[in-house]
Amino acid sequence: MSGNRYVARGNQLAARMLGDEMMIMSASTSTLFTLNEVAAAIWEAADGATPLDEIVTNQICKQYDVPVDVAMRDAENLVEQLASRGVLVLSDKPLAPSGIAREETR
Amino acid sequence: MSVLLEQMSAKALKLGIPLSVQLDLTYRCNERCVHCYLDHNDHGEMTTAEIKDLLDQLADAGVFFLTISGGEILMRKDFFEILEYARVKLFSVKLKTNAVMIHEKEARRITSLGVESVQVSIYSHRPEVHDAITKLPGSLERSLDAIRFLRACGLHVIIANVLMRLNASDYPGVKALAAELGVEFTMDPTITPMMDGDRSVLSLNVEEDLLKEVFRDQSLVGNVEEFCAPPVGRDEDALDSLPCSAGHTACYVSPYGDVYPCVQFPLPSGNVRRSTFLDIWRNSPQLNEVRSITLRELPSCSSCAHGATCTRCPGLAYMEGNMRGPSYQDCQKSFARTGIPSENLKAKRVSMPPLVQIQGLQDPRLAAAGQPMAAQPCFVP
Repeated sequence: MSGNRYVARGNQLAARMLGDEMMIMSASTSTLFTLNEVAAAIWEAADGATPLDEIVTNQICKQYDVPVDVAMRDAENLVEQLASRGVLVLSDKPLAPSGIAREETR
Repeated sequence: MSVLLEQMSAKALKLGIPLSVQLDLTYRCNERCVHCYLDHNDHGEMTTAEIKDLLDQLADAGVFFLTISGGEILMRKDFFEILEYARVKLFSVKLKTNAVMIHEKEARRITSLGVESVQVSIYSHRPEVHDAITKLPGSLERSLDAIRFLRACGLHVIIANVLMRLNASDYPGVKALAAELGVEFTMDPTITPMMDGDRSVLSLNVEEDLLKEVFRDQSLVGNVEEFCAPPVGRDEDALDSLPCSAGHTACYVSPYGDVYPCVQFPLPSGNVRRSTFLDIWRNSPQLNEVRSITLRELPSCSSCAHGATCTRCPGLAYMEGNMRGPSYQDCQKSFARTGIPSENLKAKRVSMPPLVQIQGLQDPRLAAAGQPMAAQPCFVP
């Protein structure tokens, strides 16, 4: 199990739902990914503040009627894979909310 | 195109989703390129609020790839506010710019906003040629400095080289410069008419011999034998294919909110100041007409041997008078590539007088009426 693992979306990404899939593109590598509906739901819920097990228990299991242990195992695998590609950031502590850095340039 | 992207494009087509949109923020520009197709005066650009509202609508409609272009995009004082908002809405953003207003600070900001790529127009590696085309002294140096700043930040930069008579011999130099800078190189051998229909800029298009040379440059086209292979003839599958993504999974929005099938296809299809983007995308009679066209129903191109392999641009055909007709410029390209004239070129050859027309002479009958003699297209097989 994950314990209190936190997940946040990377901030160099583009993302859009296309039908039942989510397209994600990494700006740094120009790599395109697609996530299925469940993976997309985890990605969207990855706000850096909500522990992964809470996302799985409160959102995924309820929405998709999946046993907690199965959903948790799949979610762990998914977030590890996405983290290795820069699509998610993983931490044992809460992360700053992902998003676009705001700054005055001109 | 990657297999995954092809799959996504096919899915978007099936679902009727505009996967890609080019949004021009302004037609104003600090350069005055001799071949430019735009009117640089501001005739009422969308405000920041209007553009943000449009970005909301585009995101809701499913747009993923957003190309932000102009004019010169940094002429808008709210450029970074708009870019930031576009990234908040999670578009994959590509920028097209002449980059002369990009310095270290701007380069860092663009990088931090997660822009996918920045395309910079470079016409020559020689300042005297590039600056003569842009009519902005020092512009090559400034654009190259900007590219270095962008590269230093790790951004994906593309040098876009438009080929024309004025820089015809310089593309190898620009290509070498791109390699030296560690950036991608792309070249476009087509000068398009101005958006108001003025075709005078077409005289800048390169001569056929150079086009042939370009199409046989392995470093540009890859497998020359394959690229220049004679057409295979009528292909039943190709007859049902779509001409391009314009109006199908892509469209263009002008700084004034006008929607067109493509930046190169100035068929007015609606305005986001009067209708919602999605209403225009789904219900515009013009876009629906564009969508109804397949190669099979094009009167000339459906019987042309080049049909399956031609790069026919429906926008260029539209600007020549008929979106279902052939595009003479693409016919010329198919001929330069393969040495085999298209049906359109054959017809023009038959209908043309055998003598070279001398420009500037007046047809006495028209001169009496105060009209110049119509220019004849010149085709030398």
